[in-house]
This record gives sequence, structure tokens and C-alpha cells, in this order.
Amino acid sequence: MRPQNVLPFERTIFELEEQLSKLESEPSTPGTLETIRNMRADIAKLKREVFDNLDAWQTVQVARHQERPQTRDYIDLCCDEFLELHGDRAYGDDPAIVTGLAKIDDFRVMFIGQQKGRTLKERTQCYYGCAHPEGYRKALLKMEMAAKYKLPIVCLIDTPGAYPGIGAEERGQAYTIAYNLREMSRLGVPIICTVIGEGGSGGALGIGIGDHVAMLQFSYYSVISPEGCASILWKSGKFADKAARALRFTGKDLLQFGVVDEVLPEPLGAAHRDHRLMAATMKAMFVRQLRTLSALSPSEILNRRYEKFRRLGVFEEQTATTASV
Amino acid sequence: MTMATSPNSGSAEQPGRPKRGVPEGLWLRCDSCGNTVFRRQVEKQLYLCPDCGHHFYVPSRVRIAQLLDPDSFEEWYDNLRPADPLSFVDSRPYKDRLKAETKRTGLTEACIVGRGYLRGRPLVIGITDSAFIMGSMGSVVGEKLTRAIEEATRLLLPLVIISGSGGGARMHEGILSLMQMAKVSAALGRYHEVGGLFISVLTNPTMGGVAASFASLGDIIIAEPKALIGFAGPRVVEATVKVALPVGFQTSEFLLEHGFVDRIVARPQLQIELSKLIDYCVR
Ligand SMILES: [Zn+2]
Repeated sequence: MRPQNVLPFERTIFELEEQLSKLESEPSTPGTLETIRNMRADIAKLKREVFDNLDAWQTVQVARHQERPQTRDYIDLCCDEFLELHGDRAYGDDPAIVTGLAKIDDFRVMFIGQQKGRTLKERTQCYYGCAHPEGYRKALLKMEMAAKYKLPIVCLIDTPGAYPGIGAEERGQAYTIAYNLREMSRLGVPIICTVIGEGGSGGALGIGIGDHVAMLQFSYYSVISPEGCASILWKSGKFADKAARALRFTGKDLLQFGVVDEVLPEPLGAAHRDHRLMAATMKAMFVRQLRTLSALSPSEILNRRYEKFRRLGVFEEQTATTASV
Repeated sequence: MTMATSPNSGSAEQPGRPKRGVPEGLWLRCDSCGNTVFRRQVEKQLYLCPDCGHHFYVPSRVRIAQLLDPDSFEEWYDNLRPADPLSFVDSRPYKDRLKAETKRTGLTEACIVGRGYLRGRPLVIGITDSAFIMGSMGSVVGEKLTRAIEEATRLLLPLVIISGSGGGARMHEGILSLMQMAKVSAALGRYHEVGGLFISVLTNPTMGGVAASFASLGDIIIAEPKALIGFAGPRVVEATVKVALPVGFQTSEFLLEHGFVDRIVARPQLQIELSKLIDYCVR
């Protein structure tokens, strides 16, 4: 069960796990049973040690892991039903953003999520999770429909960024994201946003205006990709690790800045090691939030959401108004 | 058209202060026609090239003087100063960078807001200044614009925001800069709901998080000629698609052709055009 992509800091864990499974497959004696027990404990301890101490750049690598659960995995694991709805009624159907009606426990919701794709074919079709304007337009169109029928909205964020291509610019990437930001702030139904992997800049924010904003323990949410930041400020993408640390974009910092309301713990060894457990944790959060937020009136929801984003920012306010020059 | 002159313009035109796009010295070279032109002549003509009409960068306070009636500008929230929430350090600490930018530009941040009169019409105005850390939006720019929009909402005044930002959302303040896009856009949502008129003027350059938030949300969107406007920077696009970019890609004219700009207006007509547009929408 060794995944194709083993991260450098996972290597020892996988080596031990391979030794363990070899031992487990051999005929057992009282001695080996004891060894197996000890090894299991050691592996769990090592995983905890490694994953409790990931730095920002290592977190990015976990967030980008190919076997990390994606939107369609969560749809399969969290939803009892999913009726996909396609198309933006203007240009096309962007597979990088999946939208549809879904049942989560007793709740009917509009489910929106960014999809990176797993196979090479899927990844190519989804532009590795980089949506085009038609994706953002599709997402908003379905959200507006949800608001019309008083359905809460669930958004999963997982993108390196909105696609930086010629067609995307021609079709108004900037305008479409801007319009989503304004209109999502005006939808009078609960919106729950979760960063499940990469929260890449405007492309993430474009479906990220919510009443409850959560992120997974090993996801990141940033104004710019660490590579992009490094190439501008450190003059080379090679310093992405430095940029990652400087940008302070992991859960702990974002909680402190008030940008996210909750950091969801990942299974031991991160979400790619146990999709089911990760999905169960997320589903429990959805249900909890859907219960809480459904009790609010549309105007309460709108005011709360406005204030939530209104507060964000850190600056100094000088008491004596001085000349600005 | 007669241009207003304001006492404010004096402070922004102190000699010897380097300006982005208009370097120091008596002479400067036009990016567009390549001619060497007399600096004073450019400044006298709304920062246009006398030979080809190229639109040079205009400092925000000069822009106020160009657009608003003399002495009518009342600046708001000029007591807001950037902080350093990330303790950000790249080649130098962000705090030092801020000090250096203030020294170089005479600005305390990349944005000024306030109210004033444009040919007798009251309005709320915001200008982002691309000279200060590339006109990028951090917490102060976001907060100033949001407060100005909230005031425009309360006073039911028309709103004009003139954008110039090559930097988009400011990296040095991390995620908080990204969140300013949400904050300003939500304020524009409320302004939109009360029927406020928002005219967005895009100048060279308007990119990234500024383009992907308030700059694109005007009821009417005007661009100065040949400005660079877009979401992703042209070099990023080129590196991604690995083909040569089309001629004129991400210019004002490109945006007009693709339906994302209402009008391209040359600087000498900007004031009169704004006043006409306001008259159609505000009674
Ligand atoms: Zn020229």
C-alpha cells in the first residue's frame, strides 16, 4: 500500500511499515506478536513526531500530495446522494470546479468543489485544479440557484490558483473572480468553505466567501504560491521553502489572523493515508455547522458574514491626524 | 478643458523625487515612441507624451488636482499606517521597505481616499498609487477603500476609484492582503444594494488582486489607453502556456475588445467624461 509518491520525510515511516507488513504476513510466534505490537506503537509515535513538526514548505508538499483526497472523493464519502449540475450557461463546463446538489445527513445542500484530478488525463482536463472564468461563473450560478431555494452551500477549496492562460484572460478571469467575491457576500443562505489542500490566492477566494471557513491541518491558504513569491522577492523559485515560511499560511497562523475559524485535524500521517477518516471528520463539521447556521435568518447570516470579513486586516491608526506627507 | 489646479498638487510635485515611469531629471524617455521629451512639458500636459500622447504614470495627488475642483478634496483616514503582521523579511524587512517607500514617494501607503467635487458634482474618490510598493493592496489600502465605500453608502454619493497597481494583493502582508479583496468587494456589494454609482477607472497597470476585486466591479469601467490590465502577469501567462502572447495582450484595447471595459478614455477627456456619466446616473 505504499503510495507512488513518498515524501522525503515519510520515507522512514514507509520503510518501517513495510517491515511490519512483512512480519505480519509471516507465521506468528509469541515473540513476533510482541515485536509487531512494539513496531505498531513505534510507527504511530514516529508519524506523530514527523507530522506534528512539519514546517510550512513540508505542509505544502502534503497539501499537494497526489493521493490526497479531492473534492470528488469527499463527495463519494460524505454525501448520500449527488446530482451533478454542469455548465455556466455562457461558455462551457469547467471540470476544475464540480457543482451539484447533494445530501449530507439530513441536509440538502449545493456542493461546490475544486477538482485537481488524479489520473494524468483528469489532471490535464482540470488544468491541475486551475479553474477558468467559466468555472467561477458556473460556481456562482449554482450558488445563486441554491440561494433561491434556500439551500445551504458547501465549498471545497483546492487550487494552486486560477488558471493564468490566454483564454482565461480573454474571458475575464479578474472580472469573474471579483464578481464572485461581491455576489457571494450577498447570498442569504449559509456558506461553509473548507480549504482541503491548496488555497491558492484569488482562485481560492473566488469560492471562499463563507460564514464558516475551515481548513485541514495540512492545507495552506495564501496570497501567492510559495514559488511565485520566491521568484519575485527572492528572484528565484528555488527559494520556495523560504517564501513558504515567510508567508505564514498554515492553519495556526490563519487561525490567529482570524482568516479561518477552524483547523480540522487530519488522520495520523495526513489525509492521504486515510480518506475515510478524513471525510468523516469533515462530514461531522458540515453537520455541526449546517445545524448552527440554519438557525440564523438570512439577514443575520448576511450581517455576520459581512462583519467576519470586515474585521480582517492589521494596521495602525494614529490618533493625532498628521499630514500624510 | 480647463484643468483644476489645487494646492495639493504642490506637495506632490516637489523636485528631485523619483517617480515610477517618470524618472528624475530634466529629460525623460517615452516608453512608447522612444523620444526624449522635456519633463516639465510632460508634467504640464497631464503627464502625456507631447510627441505620441503616451500616458505616463501620474502621482495620486496630482491626479486629484487634475480631476477635482480646486481646494475641494478632503482627505479621509490618512492616519492609517501599515503594520507588519507577518514580521515579513525577504531581502530586507518589510518594515524597512515601508520606510524606504515612504521616503522615496512621500506617501504613507498605496492609496488615498476622500471626498471632493468634480466639476461641481460631489463624490467619494479613491486612488491607488502604483509608486508605493507597486500600488499593491495590503490591510491599509483595503481598510481605506472599505471605509470610503461605507461612507459613500451612508452619504449616497457617487464613487470613483482610480486603480493603478502592478502588484495586486501585497505579498508582504500575506493572507491578510488576499482578504482585503473580499472585504472591499463586500462593501461594494452593500453600496450596490443602495443604488450607488461606482465608476472604476483603470490605469497602467491594474493587475492581480486589485483587478480581481474592486477595480472590476464598477457599474461603468473606464480604462486609460494602452494600460496593462489583467489577472495574471504576462510573464506568468507566457511561462504557463509556453507560446508567444498575442500582440496587445492585456491592454485596455484588448479588454474593450473582449467585453470587459465600457470605454477607453484619454486623460484629457477623463474629467468631463466622468461628469457626464455621473449626470446620467445620479439625480
Ligand atoms: Zn511618446
